Amino acid sequence: MATAGALSTAGTRYQPITGRPRIVWALLDALVLAKRSVLETVRVPELIMFVAIQPIMFVLLFRYVFGGAIQVPGGQYVNFLMPGIFVQTVAFGGVTTAIGLAQDMQRGIIDRFRSLPMSSSAVLTGRTIADLARNLFTVIIMLTVGFLVGFRPGGTLFEFLLGILLLLGVSFAFSWISAFIGLLVRSVEAAQSGGFIWLFPLTFASSAFVPVATMPGWLQAFARHNPISVLADALRGLFHVNPALTTGDIRWALIQSVAWIAGILIVFVPLSVIRYRRTTAR
Amino acid sequence: MATDYAVHAEGLVKHYGRVRALDGLDLEVAEGSLLALLGPNGAGKTTAVRIFTTLLAPDSGRATVAGFDVVRDADRIKSQIGLAGQNVAIDEYLTGLENLEMIGRLYHLAGRDAKRRATELLMQFDLIDAANRIAKTYSGGMRRRLDLAASLVLLPPVLFLDEPTTGLDPRSRRQVWSMISSLVSEGSTILLTTQYLEEADELANRIAVVDAGRVIAEGTSDELKDRVGGNRIEIAVAKDADLARAAEVARRHFSSEVNVDPTQRRISAPSKNGTSQLAGLVRDFDGAGVDIVDLQLHRPSLDDVFLTLTGHQAEEEKAVAPTGRWRRRPR
Repeated sequence: MATAGALSTAGTRYQPITGRPRIVWALLDALVLAKRSVLETVRVPELIMFVAIQPIMFVLLFRYVFGGAIQVPGGQYVNFLMPGIFVQTVAFGGVTTAIGLAQDMQRGIIDRFRSLPMSSSAVLTGRTIADLARNLFTVIIMLTVGFLVGFRPGGTLFEFLLGILLLLGVSFAFSWISAFIGLLVRSVEAAQSGGFIWLFPLTFASSAFVPVATMPGWLQAFARHNPISVLADALRGLFHVNPALTTGDIRWALIQSVAWIAGILIVFVPLSVIRYRRTTAR
Repeated sequence: MATDYAVHAEGLVKHYGRVRALDGLDLEVAEGSLLALLGPNGAGKTTAVRIFTTLLAPDSGRATVAGFDVVRDADRIKSQIGLAGQNVAIDEYLTGLENLEMIGRLYHLAGRDAKRRATELLMQFDLIDAANRIAKTYSGGMRRRLDLAASLVLLPPVLFLDEPTTGLDPRSRRQVWSMISSLVSEGSTILLTTQYLEEADELANRIAVVDAGRVIAEGTSDELKDRVGGNRIEIAVAKDADLARAAEVARRHFSSEVNVDPTQRRISAPSKNGTSQLAGLVRDFDGAGVDIVDLQLHRPSLDDVFLTLTGHQAEEEKAVAPTGRWRRRPR
């Protein structure tokens, strides 16, 4: 201690704030880094493309190109499609966390962050919170486009808002899976492919775009228990767009959805934080 | 535990898989001094810095920074150190001001303090005109200065600079050098790694030469040069035919220690009494009709030191590991 005191001279005019609990710092540090990620999104044109344009194209593609050929029981395809495409989009949106972290490691900025006296979860929480903000923006854009192409959710305002909240939960959970992938891979390119590759079978072999009943039997078993299906069905329930779903079905889908989100977070938050603490730049 | 050293390491060992990056590294950096860790790529310099900055845990051995153990007191060390790594660790899409403000906030400065400190540093590092431009638009020298500024947000007592001038043009390098010198004169302790001999010579109070994960020699620049021997005289002759005659003349002056290199047509020998010996030598060459194209009296360079200490030349090392190269920075 004596050594440290004797060494510091000119820099002491600015004193760090002390005495706040760790959990408060974890949140404050995360917000500082979330701001960084959000600024990055605004300043990188490719990211705007990913956040805003791509989801719109997906909506239009499925509504007008594939939609005509897809039959859904008891309703219009656009109402079936939108909840599914919401879930797919926010799951894909988390990949920015994987890419961002891989980039931080490639550029060496992760070494600086790890050498600072800040919360060790903040780099990850900051990115996942930024994803949340981006995804909220994307969902708002898609809702607007959805309304323009005929999407009409039923139910109460409370149910509608609950649906949006559920989507944000999905976004947060999938971002943490991406965070772990981003910390594992060796490069931005690997984060890009590794971040997406598992999402394709997961989102397309689900009830997100087509009714599961139209799939071959062996695939139905997977698709029915796929979290994307569960989440899409829960959302359809909250938006009252599928008359075939009973109140019991909806409640069960909601319980399963919350369990999936919690389960993913319980596994991937600690895994990612532990991995981060052992990570160095390449 | 208080010590007289800002950085102290004993027998640090670190493996990456089967590669032994550190092989019993011992090191001491006195408070308020600058120690240069000098060695080729792959010698273990960055690994050592990562252990001191708590990014990596050593497999064995122990180290303290500012009196704190790097493993047990990692959290307390973090508010005592600044790190400027080999890569420029700044965010390309933030402005210079935003970058430094962010680091200030992460050091837990109050928002207003973080902003003030950022502005102060930007002025000090001659970046104030570019404060509101995103760092992507900065030149290499500007990025490096911003990176160095980021490591100084709290003006920590101990600074780790990992190859801080790699990739800089001579002018930017001079700028960074003068900033580092003024930091030391203001009382900071600095551990700097470099593969450039001139850099260590220019900045360091003491130099530790590392090779294959251990310190093979340590001392001031002068002490290290003395270990190779005193001044040397070097002569190059114009024609191959003159070489044998020149060597014979040289042997009369330097007894047996004359080194003849036929491929370079060079003769070198340790000089005992410098210039007076030189005068006699030139007269005798003239008398023997030897045509001289180059003649030097010089202190051994750190290059000589490294070669003497390790016994291997730059070329040999290149053959072992393509990246393990001992470079002399082009002037």
